Amino acid sequence: MRPFHRRFGKYSASFEPAEASLIADLVDQIRQLLADRRAEAPTDPLAQLTGMTMGPNSKPADPAVARLLPDFHADDAQLSSGLRELHEPELIAAKDAAAVKLLDSLPRGGGPVRLDDEAAAAWMAALNDVRLALGVRLEITEDDTPPPGVDVPDSPQAAMYATYRWLSAVQDSLVSAMLDA
Amino acid sequence: MTAPAPEKTGSSEPVLAPDVPWVTIVWNDPVNLMSYVTLVFQKLLGHPRPKAESLMLDVHHKGRATVSSGPREKMEADVAKLQAAGLWATMARDS
Repeated sequence: MRPFHRRFGKYSASFEPAEASLIADLVDQIRQLLADRRAEAPTDPLAQLTGMTMGPNSKPADPAVARLLPDFHADDAQLSSGLRELHEPELIAAKDAAAVKLLDSLPRGGGPVRLDDEAAAAWMAALNDVRLALGVRLEITEDDTPPPGVDVPDSPQAAMYATYRWLSAVQDSLVSAMLDA
Repeated sequence: MTAPAPEKTGSSEPVLAPDVPWVTIVWNDPVNLMSYVTLVFQKLLGHPRPKAESLMLDVHHKGRATVSSGPREKMEADVAKLQAAGLWATMARDS
């Protein structure tokens, strides 16, 4: 991987074939989690008729999805439930659009990536969603502290943590390039 | 929050206009990069860089920060934008 840097108004990086397919697989998994959640929305014929989409009124059962789609209010469960019904469909749509934009600009066989501002924003958000989901799966709870089990060599946890840290570096290089722009 | 980002000291004045009933709060979490949170505050909330950094440090050190205030509909929109970007954002009636 050649990390992101800003060049001629674009954000450029380069990925090895295995790195590109890893990113694509992980982003696809987020799309799948979001699609499964979207399928939990109630089907209200009247709402469909009027073109309105309502989300479910309860928190996602999967903690990773719950982290991607948090409550709107910290204490008021009733307000959170109502706002979730109202806003969750648009949040899922925004996250999915970012994921699709990343996948559209990622060469599957690896190679150079060049992003305009809009694509760079989509990459940041989509990579962040992957990191958030991995963070929940890895049970990362403390700032800058490795989660349990990742020090066991060749364990799935160790591999997942290595992926997480690599994605952090990719995202950080893009964010730094955008902050300096 | 986590990640390599230059530590700066200093605290922010709260982003509160008088007589506005709702606020948007961002909570600390161990995954979001400090640099990313700063950039999101700049791009999505329109805060200038020093304000964005100071709010990010408040989130990091104090566990939460009030990042915008205004009418309820505006705060709903802010929370939705920040959540779309992956920040852990909630809204509350200002007390």
